[in-house]
Amino acid sequence: MIISALISVWNVFKHLFKKRVTIQYPEERPYLAPRWRGRIILSRDPNGEERCVACYLCAVACPVDCISLQATEDEHGRRYPEWFRINFSRCIFCGLCEEACPTYAIQLTPDFEMCEYDRQNLVYEKEDLLIDGQGKYHGYNFYRVAGVAIGGKDKGESENEDAPIDLRSLLP
Amino acid sequence: MVTIYIDGKPYQVDAGQNLLHICLSMGINLPYFCWHPAMGSVGACRQCAVKQFRDENDTRGRLVMACMTPAVEGLRISVQDPQAVEFRASIIEWLMENHPHDCPVCDEGGECHLQDMTVMTGHTYRHYRWKKRTFRNQNLGPFINHEMNRCIQCYRCVRFYRGFAGGRDFDAFSNHNTVYFGRKTDGVLESEFSGNLVEVCPTGVFTDKTFRKHYTRKWDLQTAPSVCVNCSLGCNTTPGERYGQLRRIRNRYNFNVNGYFLCDRGRYGYEFVNSDRRIRQARLRRNREAAFESVAPDEGLQRIKEIVKKSGRTIGIGSPRASLESNFALRTLVGPEHFFSGATVKDHELVTEAIKILRDIPSSMASLHEVETSDAALVLGEDVNNVAPMAAYALRQSVRCKPQAISQKLKISDWDDTAAREAVQDQKGPLYLATIADTRLDDMATRTFHASPQEIARLGFAVAHQISPTAPQPENLDSAALELSKMIAQDLKDAESPVVVSGCSLEEKSILYAAANVVQALRSIGKPARLFLTLPESNSLGLELLEPGSLNQAFAIAREDNVEAAIILENDLYRRSNPALLEAFFKSIPSVIVLDSLDNPTAQKADVLLPAATFAESDGTLVNNESRAQRYFQVFVPQDDIKESWVWLRAIGDALGQEEPGARKTFDGLIADMVKELPFLAPVQEISPASGFRIAGAKIPRQPHRYSGRTSMHANVSVHEPQPPQDPDSPLSFSMEGFLAEPPIEQPPASLIPEFWAPGWNSIQSLNKFQEEVSGPLIGGDPGKRIILPPDPEQAAYFDEIPEPFASRAGELLLAPLYAIYGSEELSIHTPGEAQLTPPLRLEINPRDAQQFNLTGETVLQVSVDSQVFELPLHISASIPEGTAGMICGLPEMPYVALPAWGKVTPKPVNSSTENPG
Repeated sequence: MIISALISVWNVFKHLFKKRVTIQYPEERPYLAPRWRGRIILSRDPNGEERCVACYLCAVACPVDCISLQATEDEHGRRYPEWFRINFSRCIFCGLCEEACPTYAIQLTPDFEMCEYDRQNLVYEKEDLLIDGQGKYHGYNFYRVAGVAIGGKDKGESENEDAPIDLRSLLP
Repeated sequence: MVTIYIDGKPYQVDAGQNLLHICLSMGINLPYFCWHPAMGSVGACRQCAVKQFRDENDTRGRLVMACMTPAVEGLRISVQDPQAVEFRASIIEWLMENHPHDCPVCDEGGECHLQDMTVMTGHTYRHYRWKKRTFRNQNLGPFINHEMNRCIQCYRCVRFYRGFAGGRDFDAFSNHNTVYFGRKTDGVLESEFSGNLVEVCPTGVFTDKTFRKHYTRKWDLQTAPSVCVNCSLGCNTTPGERYGQLRRIRNRYNFNVNGYFLCDRGRYGYEFVNSDRRIRQARLRRNREAAFESVAPDEGLQRIKEIVKKSGRTIGIGSPRASLESNFALRTLVGPEHFFSGATVKDHELVTEAIKILRDIPSSMASLHEVETSDAALVLGEDVNNVAPMAAYALRQSVRCKPQAISQKLKISDWDDTAAREAVQDQKGPLYLATIADTRLDDMATRTFHASPQEIARLGFAVAHQISPTAPQPENLDSAALELSKMIAQDLKDAESPVVVSGCSLEEKSILYAAANVVQALRSIGKPARLFLTLPESNSLGLELLEPGSLNQAFAIAREDNVEAAIILENDLYRRSNPALLEAFFKSIPSVIVLDSLDNPTAQKADVLLPAATFAESDGTLVNNESRAQRYFQVFVPQDDIKESWVWLRAIGDALGQEEPGARKTFDGLIADMVKELPFLAPVQEISPASGFRIAGAKIPRQPHRYSGRTSMHANVSVHEPQPPQDPDSPLSFSMEGFLAEPPIEQPPASLIPEFWAPGWNSIQSLNKFQEEVSGPLIGGDPGKRIILPPDPEQAAYFDEIPEPFASRAGELLLAPLYAIYGSEELSIHTPGEAQLTPPLRLEINPRDAQQFNLTGETVLQVSVDSQVFELPLHISASIPEGTAGMICGLPEMPYVALPAWGKVTPKPVNSSTENPG
């Protein structure tokens, strides 16, 4: 009994000489891995256009239902969110939205410093979420692989697509 | 019944039915594409393969297509057999070879049969590494979006469009693996059933273009069971809402009414709910010249209280497009003797007559389903394609009933669609159309008869007389009509279940009588004939069942009896009566109170204007053309001060201190009052469980269980989430929480299923989990109950009000009403796509009359009728009978005129010197 207590005391004593785990935040910044799940952003494709195609998959994957958006289209049929809102006061940073996203648009970043005095300020709209770069995933452009035509990309011009069928052709 | 064994388990099934139908009916999941419950089998996609065994000792078996294999005694099949499972997975992989990477931007995503079937077969990885085939899309008009790359060539679209809906401008083109489904050139799809392509297509080739403008996934739509308000047939619908806006309408299966399909007017006619012309706040004004000012609802009620208290008499004008409950609430508020029908005087008379006719023969009323399965049909007067389009669809199917004998003789099952059609070729069952002018159903008709309303009635009377000599005979019938009447009578007598379709659209009472006589005559010789009457509007029958006075009586009382106030319920009277009469009416009434949802000329006459809810924002009952009372449920809670009409009317009653037992303010209480006062309305109480109904103590959620954005959609207004709205009027809740249906094990009653969905079945095809049998009634009975019920009273006497033969008048033409599917109906015209397809104003005249009146192609005509003068462009149409002229009624630019009426037609004088009297 006493021995076990002494061992504990000894173990605690040893820790006096160990390197400290805590750091002097905010003077000292911790290292956060790129995959750390912090503040959510919307990224852009390599052409600088919005990656989000407003498919609603992040919203439906969200276990706390804190994402809402409305889809719309530009005059050439490119779909994008008319508005996109994340209520960070509800977000649990689980990353399911990022997993659900078929276009790498929504990404979690290693930033957690988003405290506010007023909860209302934790409601982020599209202009607060959209960044200018591609985020963690480089090079992917959904509309280059999708079959729909958008401005600047006609039918048959996507990756791995044949030119559109000529319906009047009688050739086998 | 035979016994078959599926995976070793015995099942009792209908002999000769196909195995796919059986498997789905038994709750066994089996993937399919080319088969459709309403369209039968063609065996094209090879997706429903199962293994068939010779006997219990056979272990090898062979693959067969379930949809093409009839059930026979002792048949043994396996759905789970590894070889069959592997075969089905490989089939879907082949079908998916060229399917684009589109799901995130495809409107079908989340309710896609292809997605469901892919998951069901377990296909997860695409081995195909080569280039994908692509197509160019077509612009198919304002309703349908075309994205041909997604096609899996199941042929359902072209089979539906050409084979079932009777369209001619859509087909399969090109060859081998480049088959293309579309039109020859870009253009609006002509068929009024084109919207069904959206639901028929198993993937996203055809999607809803109006929905695309405010797109939302199926799982985000708040839905409730509803009924279409755009014609009298009462097709069941599922409207979906998101963010306070009505987003779309989908078909809702009802075995007795619309089955699997809807017309485009009903499907796309919803956008008035989101219109800019909605009245959203109560408005007041001090006098008719002053401008309206928006006020709080209480202030509006206070003003009404002052008006009604002060006045000696208040009259109420009901509406054929308001619910039974709202009309009844108004009737109670003003008293039955001061309650008037808001329908046109003629419609009021006609519908009252129709009710009398239907009450004579309740057991012979046809439902839409019975029209579809009848083997001979006579249409008297109705242009069904434009008046009640789904009846046209039903008639189109009915002509296929009689020739089924040919394929049956060859032992071809009715579900074997291609084979049956090949056997039948172009043979059609008898369908006779007696209409003013040509219709879009003429291609199906055995014979058509274009004549004036009187002559149509006379033909009907003649047919009745030919069937039974005791029926009165029209005098001086011309020989052609006599021949035709003999032919029709013979075909109706030869049929097993003939149907007579007629209605109010020609505004001619004797046509109704003639139709009734034909049915009576057929009944008298022992034929189970049925009568199907189309009515003017969605609740015409419900309104007239409350026995209101006519609009003219209201005008007379207003003129003579110093009425102080009039309450007008959801009604634009300028569509119902002569403008001059109305001006006098409004002048004679010091205070006009209007409840309506859209701003219109009547609302402009109001002193107090209250914002009424539309069908999507209210609970109510509509009584359709066969007296089927059907409940529609509130889909969403409207913003601003919009309230259901009956809620406003109860509130006015409260403000006036009318005796109010507490329970009366609820919807259930209102219905209970109604049934107490009018006991024949008792079925209204039974069509759906009362608001206290719970399953396992829980309400039924209107939102799917995967509804998204709950904690975010209102966060821009306030981060503190509002409490979900409560619904005291129904067992449904405005929430995603509550009873979670698990069809087919446990589910709400059919009248309360907000949306058809079952695990693994996200598309509309999930319906098979809710039916007793595929394409049979819904489990627990289809919603809706008839009000006019058997037993039939003693056989009523034949009607003998046979009109005189039509005689043309010198210098005048009989203006008869024509209808346009898009344009003649008041509410659907607010959908931009439908407004775009509305025909132009015009007067249709027979070429010979045009010649006689010296009219040529481009003339604008002056038409004077009933002390009104209109200017209408001339349209020469060979199908309009001589001596008559057709005028499309209900178009928004056209003032009301009671038709048919004699009118003088002259070319519009370009200037005085070229005036050319007609």
